[in-house]
Amino acid sequence: MPILWLILIVSAVAAVGYVLGRARALQSAGGDSRNLHSLPSFYGANVTLKILVPAFGLLIAWLLVQPFFVNSQVSGMIPESAIKEGSSRSLVMAEVRRTAFGLDNAVAQGNLTESAASDAQVDVIDVTQRLKDAGQVVTSEITQPVLRAAQSYRAMSATGYAIMSVAVLAVAVIGAVIGWLQTNAEYRARNVVEQGVRVLLLAAASIAILTTVGIVLSLVFNTWEFFKLYPASDFFFGMTWAPSFSGRGGSSELGILPLLWGTLYISIVALLVAVPIGLFAAIYLSEYASPRLRSVAKPLLEVLAGIPTIVYGLFALLTVGPLLLDIFGDSGLGWMKAGTAVMTAGLVMGIMLIPFVSSLSDDIINAVPQAMRDGSYGLGATQSETIRQVVLPAALPGIVGAILLAASRAIGETMIVVLGAGAAARLSLNPFEAMTTVTAKIVSQLTGDADFASPEALVAFALGMTLFILTLGLNVFALYIVRKYREQYE
Amino acid sequence: MNDMTRVERAVDSKDIKINAKKVQVYYGATHAIKDVDVEIEDKTVTAFIGPSGCGKSTFLRCLNRMNDTIDICRVEGDILLDGEDIYDKRVDPVQLRAKVGMVFQKPNPFPKSIYDNVAYGPRIHGLARNKSELDEIVEKSLRRGAIWDEVKDRLDAPGTGLSGGQQQRLCIARAVATEPEVLLMDEPCSALDPIATAQVEELIDELRSRYSVVIVTHSMQQAARVSQKTAFFHLGNLVEFGETGQIFTNPVDPRTESYITGRIG
Ligand SMILES: Nc1ncnc2c1ncn2[C@@H]1O[C@H](COP(=O)(O)OP(=O)(O)O)[C@@H](O)[C@H]1O
Ligand SMILES: [Mg+2]
Repeated sequence: MPILWLILIVSAVAAVGYVLGRARALQSAGGDSRNLHSLPSFYGANVTLKILVPAFGLLIAWLLVQPFFVNSQVSGMIPESAIKEGSSRSLVMAEVRRTAFGLDNAVAQGNLTESAASDAQVDVIDVTQRLKDAGQVVTSEITQPVLRAAQSYRAMSATGYAIMSVAVLAVAVIGAVIGWLQTNAEYRARNVVEQGVRVLLLAAASIAILTTVGIVLSLVFNTWEFFKLYPASDFFFGMTWAPSFSGRGGSSELGILPLLWGTLYISIVALLVAVPIGLFAAIYLSEYASPRLRSVAKPLLEVLAGIPTIVYGLFALLTVGPLLLDIFGDSGLGWMKAGTAVMTAGLVMGIMLIPFVSSLSDDIINAVPQAMRDGSYGLGATQSETIRQVVLPAALPGIVGAILLAASRAIGETMIVVLGAGAAARLSLNPFEAMTTVTAKIVSQLTGDADFASPEALVAFALGMTLFILTLGLNVFALYIVRKYREQYE
Repeated sequence: MNDMTRVERAVDSKDIKINAKKVQVYYGATHAIKDVDVEIEDKTVTAFIGPSGCGKSTFLRCLNRMNDTIDICRVEGDILLDGEDIYDKRVDPVQLRAKVGMVFQKPNPFPKSIYDNVAYGPRIHGLARNKSELDEIVEKSLRRGAIWDEVKDRLDAPGTGLSGGQQQRLCIARAVATEPEVLLMDEPCSALDPIATAQVEELIDELRSRYSVVIVTHSMQQAARVSQKTAFFHLGNLVEFGETGQIFTNPVDPRTESYITGRIG
């Protein structure tokens, strides 16, 4: 039974449970809702909760656990002889899962009958051909043991899902019965429902946090794998970035310094563009502009923040790069060899960051109490004196926070540098040379048919981890500063 | 009809520092000040009293054009400072405010050091030629603000770190530092404890020897203690204006009497 159907059925049971629970509560109170402990709807909701929470809880848990279980069972079935030299059990299992998945799709598309897909005697060559016809990815010729394993994988999964459907439905019905039996005029349905709502909200919050933890853990784990294959000191202090392709050369140099330098250089150029323009725009908007102009200009400026960064990347590649080349290239000053350069990416990224700086700074400048300005005007200060000597110093910590947030965005930005900065990892001071950044190299290390166990691919995680720690540190610092500033006035 | 009731006054009257005639103030459509005439004398403390929302602050803020910073505020009528219309197009409100200083209801020290707070005005107006002169001005002003002894050892500490009462005295010192001719104070003691209040009142009395002081106050005792002239506002009208002693002992208008005996307000 498809899972969608299962969800619909359980929901339908829950809906019926709501109506029945409500009716039973009213009936037990002799039709007068004033005799009930809680409002009638709480009794309905109580039954609904008793159905939904255990049933969906079981469903989710089952869906999470079953693949592991099937995996380990099937993995045990693969004979030692089927694992080739230089391969591993987990790689073969990946092949098995891919085949099982392929068989599913082939059956669904009608290229293969269900009986042929699960027939242990079926011809391997023929199945492989049919899978290829169905457009399924089959990397190498499927061997007999792999096909066997894939078939039992499918069979076990199918059985598992069947049991799961029955179990979930049973739990839903049991929940309905319990909820229904509990319902009488004295039952404290409201308290139970309130508690249930609390637990649901807690679950949502936990999912968000657990996901973050999971992402960090996978980063840490893979980074650890990488450092087992490649010395950490070479990674952190290496001055050269020269990965060999697909790990076959065996002599990659994976030093992060050129990439970090590129990241920082481009970010600095971007901030040099974004901070003055953004800050001045914010000062104009908050201190000089009339409310009408402000209500138009501020959203317009914020539209800039809504443009996808890939569009900025195109802008860098197709407009800004050629423009700079005209001025600084061979036909002009002769400093620039190609359109892709630190300057190109930095300028465009700076434009992208203007709304971040201006919008945040504008809010912060507005939060400076009017009393502060009044005090300054009352002493005979002009508007620009007031802004320079009172408003900006008061807003400074917040503005620094805004700039740090913008910096962490600049460091994490990818598309603009992929398209605008070039791909050469190099340690140079010339802003008209092509350089590349940590993010751009993460992309290039993982695209293409990389072997995910090689240091050339795993280095992406180490790069990601470094970037993560860098931006996290900046964000925490920025938030700390912004918060400290808030305390001053609230 | 003019709500103000003229009161016989002693004829030894001093120079008129500010002369307001037929002043109207509007906040958008709200008519906040209606037809107010008032003469503020030099070297005198004038108190504005009246129930909350009657327009005392609004009128006070007209006297140094602080209302210019409120977009919806519109002022009509004439306000003359030393015979010159302060709402004339040629008058620079920035220069006006250097001459007519202001202390606000809520203490609003700048997020700077105590020293820089007081030195702010003198620096802007170039009152000191060198550091030692500036130091002198700062010390003198802090002494006049009755706060010197408390802060003399920590002039570099931030002004925002002081207690409410100290902050307000710092703000008074800051206003005094620019050597204004008129000092406007909007309920300057509402955040101060009784001792600090007494010190500030003493300070106000001392300031009278040089400046003309206008003080808005909620406390009738304070008005009686510090002022020579009192103006009673009610619902945007100036009901009665005259010698403080006369207003408190023998008010002419029944509304004034109700207010000072505690029946309005
Ligand atoms: N910035 C403003 N915008 C609109 N109305 C205001 C503003 N300031 C004061 N008012 C109105 O003007 C009237 C007088 O206020 P205010 O001068 O502050 O009274 P007071 O200082 O005597 O308590 C009040 O009705 C108040 O609501
Ligand atoms: Mg007021």
